[in-house]
This record gives sequence, structure tokens and C-alpha cells, in this order.
Amino acid sequence: MPTKIEKDSVTGQNTTGHEWDGIKELNTPLPTWWLYVLYATVLWSIGQFVLYPSIPGVRTYFSGVLGYSAREELVQKMQAAADQKAPFLDRIRQASLADIRKTPELLGYAVAGGRVAFAENCAGCHQSGGAGAKGYPSLADDEWLWGGNLAEIERTIRYGIRSAHPDSRTSLMPRFGLDGVLERDKIDDAAEFVLSLSNRATNADAAKRGATVYAENCAACHGNAGAGQRELGAPNLADGIWIYGGDKASIVKVIAESRNGVMPAWTDRLDPAVIKMLTVYVHALGGGE
Amino acid sequence: MTATTMAVGARSESRELYLEDVVRVSMVLTVFWGIAAFAVGLLIALQLAFPVLNFDLEWTTFGRLRPLHTSAAIFAFGGTALIGSSFHVVQRTCRAQLFGGEPVAWFILMGYQLFIVVAATGYLLGITQSREYAEPEWYADLWLTLVWVVYLVAFVGTLVKREEPHIYVANWFFLAFILTVALLHVVNNLAMPVSVFGTKSYSAFAGVQDALTQWWYAHNAVGFFLTAGFLGMMYYFIPKAAGRPVYSYRLSIVHFWSLIFLYIWAGPHHLHYTALPEWAQMLGMAFSIMLWMPSWGGMINGLMTLSGAWDKLRTDASLRFSVTAVAFYGMSTFEGPVMSIRPVNALSHYTDWTIGHVHSGALGWVAFIVFGMLYHIVPVLWGRKDLYSRRLAEVHFWISTIGIVLYITAMWVSGIMQGLMWRAYDELGFLQYSFVETVQAMHPFYVIRAMGGALFLIGALVMAYNLWRTARGDAAPARV
Ligand code: HEC
Ligand code: HEC
Ligand code: HEM
Ligand code: HEM
Repeated sequence: MPTKIEKDSVTGQNTTGHEWDGIKELNTPLPTWWLYVLYATVLWSIGQFVLYPSIPGVRTYFSGVLGYSAREELVQKMQAAADQKAPFLDRIRQASLADIRKTPELLGYAVAGGRVAFAENCAGCHQSGGAGAKGYPSLADDEWLWGGNLAEIERTIRYGIRSAHPDSRTSLMPRFGLDGVLERDKIDDAAEFVLSLSNRATNADAAKRGATVYAENCAACHGNAGAGQRELGAPNLADGIWIYGGDKASIVKVIAESRNGVMPAWTDRLDPAVIKMLTVYVHALGGGE
Repeated sequence: MTATTMAVGARSESRELYLEDVVRVSMVLTVFWGIAAFAVGLLIALQLAFPVLNFDLEWTTFGRLRPLHTSAAIFAFGGTALIGSSFHVVQRTCRAQLFGGEPVAWFILMGYQLFIVVAATGYLLGITQSREYAEPEWYADLWLTLVWVVYLVAFVGTLVKREEPHIYVANWFFLAFILTVALLHVVNNLAMPVSVFGTKSYSAFAGVQDALTQWWYAHNAVGFFLTAGFLGMMYYFIPKAAGRPVYSYRLSIVHFWSLIFLYIWAGPHHLHYTALPEWAQMLGMAFSIMLWMPSWGGMINGLMTLSGAWDKLRTDASLRFSVTAVAFYGMSTFEGPVMSIRPVNALSHYTDWTIGHVHSGALGWVAFIVFGMLYHIVPVLWGRKDLYSRRLAEVHFWISTIGIVLYITAMWVSGIMQGLMWRAYDELGFLQYSFVETVQAMHPFYVIRAMGGALFLIGALVMAYNLWRTARGDAAPARV
């Protein structure tokens, strides 16, 4: 065996005498600090095994001298959090919506709790702060489809709009184009008329023709002057606020295909106190009546 | 005489003995896959910052491109580099030709490339087992098993017929890598195909056993693929480039065996606070903490091998990358044990902190050690005295280092902020932030991370150019 131990001049250590493709190895001893830290981590582990759940058996495991359990810790923490909230939530459950609004302490609590519940459950559609997005109405303005007082808002949240809940609000705008109720040019005229309600008609003649189409087909729901009708959730068409967009193409599309947005029902999913807090929060966003 | 010129001298005699064509091709493929993996990484980083870049096409959504990125980085880039460099190292340190000769070597390299292409195209079409880092479906897995067993046989066969009395430490690490990956791959992918003609299969495991098998696999993919294999690379290329003996033979023995023994148990640290029994989680944590020094043993051996040759860092691009890689390795193997401590993990888990940890290992350690290997091996394999341009290599070093720093610091800040926001309560006991608010807060850091990724990619392109000119034998322009 070509073993040739040499002394390395830089480090003063001996080589092991082996060589591979020109590579040699020194026989430097293990660095002491390295070894001690290794031992320390082993000691840590032994300590941990003694104190905490560690060694498995056939049916159970050694649960550690401290008797610690993360699952129990979680249950305790959840309970503590629930206990902290319980007194307020009980009061909110019992108080009427109007009373909550009148009692500053409850109002502050409900708005804080409603903000969190809104961010968790509603912001995905209505956006942060209820700012709204295309297809999802803003909840922060004065314009309401179904009503902006506390009772109406609560009803909307509980049962939803066109949701699967039996008490849901419903009303369907007909599909004037898809179902062949109106010809293409009539729809175009009606759209021009709708635009004219906010003084944005691009073709005055068409808008004039559209007035007739509108009176015959639309006014029953949207009102003669386009002011909308809350019982039917029919939006105001004259206020320049749009769910689905105010450009002509979007309006033509709504008339031809109808949209009928769906808002889920929350009564089976959220605690009544949470729904109350949401109601008060939405009401306080800016447009509450 | 520099290490490179020594190697050139030895080359003429080695030409007949060693298989070099297959190594050369694997190096070209490594560079190619690296650029592909970094480019897809950059794309998904941009997608997280700007979701429109999903393009509303199913094939280009984040969900499909993410496994494309991880597989391209780990298996295509890392795996091809490992196969090629292990062929190179095992032949030279055994003074023997690869067992099985040309046909076997080509089968391994090309069979592995086929696996990669089949797996990657599958991801884009939505074919996946949904096991992280083991996404390919059963037919690809079977093929890889065959290729891998041949790889194992060729490697062991070469060790058996070696002309050197002892087995060099780099080969221990390569062997541990090949052997363990075979075991991990087979067990984690045990599955029953729905039909011989269909792509879908069902795992042999269910519930928490499934989770534990998966993370036993994935953690040891980190330990044996991303660590042991690249330590093998380090043990050859650092002493070679430094022209110095390995710092400590004894340390290499102790850290090798402790690393191998401890890694296998640490998988449960990926499943803290889950349905996994608590004793198993605790076990995973303890073994992760004990992994710290065995990991640092590798770092010490890498760094201290430079004693007496530190001045070479200024001139040798290969060493500069390798040594920085070892430093990042030390950093991420300190960070890892810290993150495995349960209360720390309660903060870091599910956040970008993990992503930062991954990439300090992946960019800092894995990619840099490969770059170091490439800058050394390309002149050797193509018989050139030096790189085409040392200056370009320096440019590469600095822009990719800045890229890494941008990437990981952005992820630390973003991850810790995210973790703290999730657990913030107001005085009334309500959560302070909604999930979407945490996402908004992370946006700027996603942009910074993407910038880091872009720098890293540009660096790799500079390297590719430099290596190509080196291989062609172009004379460096004056002043470079
Ligand atoms: C899946 C999307 C979605 C989610 C989630 C959602 N909403 Fe809605 N919401 C809608 C849509 C769509 C409408 C409009 C329905 C229509 O066109 O009449 C609406 C309407 C409303 C209205 C009536 C507005 C008006 O002008 O009368 C209120 C109030 C409301 N949502 C509150 C909430 C609250 C509170 C939550 C959370 C608990 C919530 N929404 C969650 C989609 C959603
Ligand atoms: C049966 C009642 C009904 C009739 C008839 C009806 N609509 Fe509607 N319309 C609605 C309701 C309800 C909505 C709200 C749909 C929603 O919120 O998803 C609506 C929405 C709209 C919108 C969208 C408003 C926005 O903010 O984006 C337009 C435009 C519109 N209607 C125009 C018309 C026109 C024009 C006609 C006649 C051709 C018509 N509607 C007939 C009930 C009706
Ligand atoms: C330009 C360089 C790179 C960029 C921009 C990049 C970007 C990314 C992004 C954006 C993700 C997804 C993070 C998330 O889901 O939040 C990711 C994940 C990942 N990347 Fe990279 N990457 C790069 C290089 C690499 C390399 C070289 C490797 C490996 C060698 C790698 C390995 C991984 C792994 C393993 C994951 C999954 C992490 C996890 O699930 O925790 N990446 N990368
Ligand atoms: C002593 C060494 C190490 C330990 C103890 C360790 C520990 C950990 C821990 C605790 C996590 C987070 C698990 C979670 O919360 O989900 C993690 C994730 C990860 N680490 Fe390490 N780490 C080590 C070294 C490395 C190195 C060197 C690399 C890469 C080269 C690496 C790659 C990864 C990857 C890819 C993940 C993400 C897994 C996923 O969630 O997809 N680790 N590691």
C-alpha cells in the first residue's frame, strides 16, 4: 500500500498517507468546540425526551415528566379566548340592533368584531372595507339594492340574495336577448335610453326609440324614471352607479343575458352575534340608513 | 503550477482510461437545466407579485409551474450536475473507468433526461401525484427506478474495481446519496395505478401515515439529494481547486456517519402542530437540533481546507463560488435546526420564511457549489488552460450573490411579518388582520424577490456565455 505520511508545513498536521487524483487528507483531530456543541445538542435531546412526549410504546407513548400536550394547550387557549369574548357576545346577542347602535360600548365592539368577520367572510367578493368590484356591489355608498337600514341589511346577510336558502331574497331580470324577448336593435335602443338617464346617450334618436321599449319592458321593475325598486332589488339606473359596468357594451350584455348576482346566506354558517356585528359594521361603512 | 494546469497535464494519459464525453454532455445539460429552472422560478416569483402573469391558461398557472420549477431546479439541474460530476469524481479517485463503460453511462444520463422530460410535460398537462418533490406519476417513477438502479450498480461497480486502496470521502457521500434516494423514491411512490393505460394512481398510504411517509421522503431528499450529493462534489472540487489537503479525515468520518444516521429521523419537523402524534413531532425536533454540528462538520472541512490557500479566492472563480456555497450551507443548516424548534416553527411554518430558508440552501449552497464545479471542470474537460474570462466569472459571482441576498432577506422580512400578522390580536380579542391584508403587505417583498431572481438568472446567462467561449477555446480578450 502506497502509504506515505507527510507533515503539512502550513498547519503542522500529518497527512493520512492516502492520495486520490492528487488529493490528500490531513489527520487533524476533531475541533473541540465542535465536539462539545455536538454533545450539548445530544444533552438537549435527552432532556427533551425526559420532559416532553417522546418514546412510543405499543399502545401509548411516554408522555414526558411535564405532562405537556400541545392539543390540550390549544383547547385551553381557545377557551380563554372564548371566555374573554363571551360577556360582550352575550350582550350583543340579547340587544336589539338599534340598541347596539345607541350604546357606544357595544357599538365599538360590534364594529371591531364586524370588521374582522367581514374581512374573513365577505371581502373576497365585496373587497376590503366593502369597496365593491365589478359584479359585487359597494357596501360603502348610499346606494342600496335591497335596502340600507339595519333590518334590511341583516335580512340580506342572513338569507342571502338568490341563494339556496328558502327565505332568500329573489327576483330575476328576464334574459331579453337570449330568450328572444327583444330584437337586437331594440336592446340597443333600450341601452341608449338607459344611458340617457345619466345623460350619456351616444345616439339621441335611438334613445328616443328606447324610451318606448323601456316603458313596455323595464319600467315595471326599474321605475319610469329608472329610480329602481327595492322590493325587487332592481337597481337605480339613473345614478351613475353600476354593478356590472356603465359602458354601453356592458349594459347591452346585461339586458341581453341578464346577470342576477348571487349573495350567499350566512345564517347557517355564522353565529347570530356575528351576523349582528356584521350588520352594524356594514351599516357603519358609510351608507347606513 | 496551478490546479488547472496540473489537471491538463494529467489529461492526456487519462483520455483513454476515463469516460469524458458523457461528463461533458452532462455539464452542457446542467447549464441548460439551470437556466430553465431559474427562468421558471423567476416567472412564478413574478406571478406571485402580479397574478395576471398566470395568463388565464391552465398550463401556465402557478399551480402547474411551481412543481415544474422545483423539479427543474432540484432534479434536472441538481440531478444532472450530480450524475455528471459523480462520474467524473468516481473515475478519477478510483483510477478506474466507470463500470459498464460507455453504454451504461449514456443509458444513465439519457434515461434520466427522459424521466425529466416526461415528468415536466406531465406537470404542464396537470398530471401529478400531488406529493411535493415526488409529483411524477407511476409510469415515470418506474422508469426512474430502473435508471437509478443502473446508476447504483455502475457506481458500486466502479468502487469495486478501483485501483486505489481506499475509497475517497467524496465517494462515500455520492454512494449515500444514490443508495438513499433509491430507497426514498421506491417507498414514497408505492402506489396502485388505476389502469395500465391511465396516468392516475393511488398511494399505498393514507392519512397521517401518508403525510409522514411523504415528509420522511422530502426531508431526506433535502438530506441526501441536496446535501450529501453536493457534499461529495465539495470534497473533490474544493481541495482540487485549492491544491490543499482536506482539513480533517477524522472529522469527515464522524460528520459523515452522524449526518447519515440523524437525517433519517428529522422528517417530522415538517409536520409540527399537525395530526402527527406529538411524540413523533418532538422526536423530529430533537434529531434536527442534533443535526446542526454534523452539518457544520462538512462546512468546517470545506472552509478549513483553504488554510494556506486563502489568497486563491481572489483569483480562482471556482473556489470563490464553492467557498461561498459552503458558507451558505453553514447558514441554512443553522437556520434549519432553529426553525425545527416548535415555538419557532409555529411562527415560520406556512410562511415565506420557509421559502427563504429553502433558497438560501438552494441558491446559496446547491447552485453555487454547482457553479464552482462548472468553472473548474469545464476547462479540465475541454482541455483549456483557463476560463475564457475570469472577469465575467467575477461579474457572475457578484450579481448572483446580490440576487441571493435580495431573495432571502425579502423572504425573511415577508415571512416573519406574515407570521406575526396572522397571530396579531387586538385588545378586544379579535384577529387584527385578515388573510388578504397579509397578502397585500407581502406584495413589495414579492417584487424584491423577483428582482433577486432576475439577477440570479442574468448571472447564470453570463456564466453560460463564459463557459461556452471557454469550451470553444477562445482566447480571452485583453484586459479580462
Ligand atoms: C360570493 C360572493 C359574496 C360574498 C362572499 C358575500 N356577498 Fe354580499 N353580495 C354579493 C352579491 C353578488 C350581491 C349583490 C346581489 C344582487 O345583485 O342583488 C351582494 C349583496 C350584498 C348586500 C346587499 C347590498 C345592497 O345594496 O342591498 C349586502 C348588505 C351584502 N351583500 C353583505 C354581505 C356580507 C356582510 C357578507 C359577508 C358575511 C357578504 N355580503 C358576502 C356577493 C357576495
Ligand atoms: C323583473 C324585473 C326586471 C325587469 C323587467 C328588468 N330588470 Fe333590469 N334588473 C333587474 C334586477 C333585479 C337587476 C339586478 C340584477 C343583479 O343585481 O344581479 C337588474 C339589473 C339591470 C341592469 C344592471 C344595472 C347595474 O348596476 O349594472 C341594467 C342595465 C338593467 N337591469 C336594465 C334593464 C332594462 C333595459 C330592462 C328592460 C329591457 C330591464 N332591466 C328589465 C330587474 C329587472
Ligand atoms: C432564479 C432563481 C429562483 C427563483 C426566482 C425561485 C423562485 C421560487 C418561487 C417563487 C417559489 C415558490 C414560493 C412559494 O410558493 O411561495 C419557489 C419554490 C421553490 N424553489 Fe425556487 N427559485 C429559484 C431557484 C431555485 C433553485 C436553484 C432551487 C433548487 C436547487 C429552488 C428550489 C425551490 C424549492 C425546493 C421550492 C419549494 C419550496 C417549498 O415548497 O417550501 N429554487 N422558488
Ligand atoms: C440541519 C439541516 C437542516 C434542518 C434541521 C432543516 C430544517 C427545516 C425546517 C424546520 C423546515 C421547515 C418545515 C416547515 O415548517 O414546513 C425546512 C424546510 C425546508 N428545507 Fe431545511 N433544514 C436543513 C437544511 C436544509 C438545506 C441544506 C436545504 C437545501 C439545500 C434545505 C431545504 C429545505 C426545503 C426545500 C424545505 C421546504 C420543504 C417544503 O415545505 O416544501 N434544508 N427545513
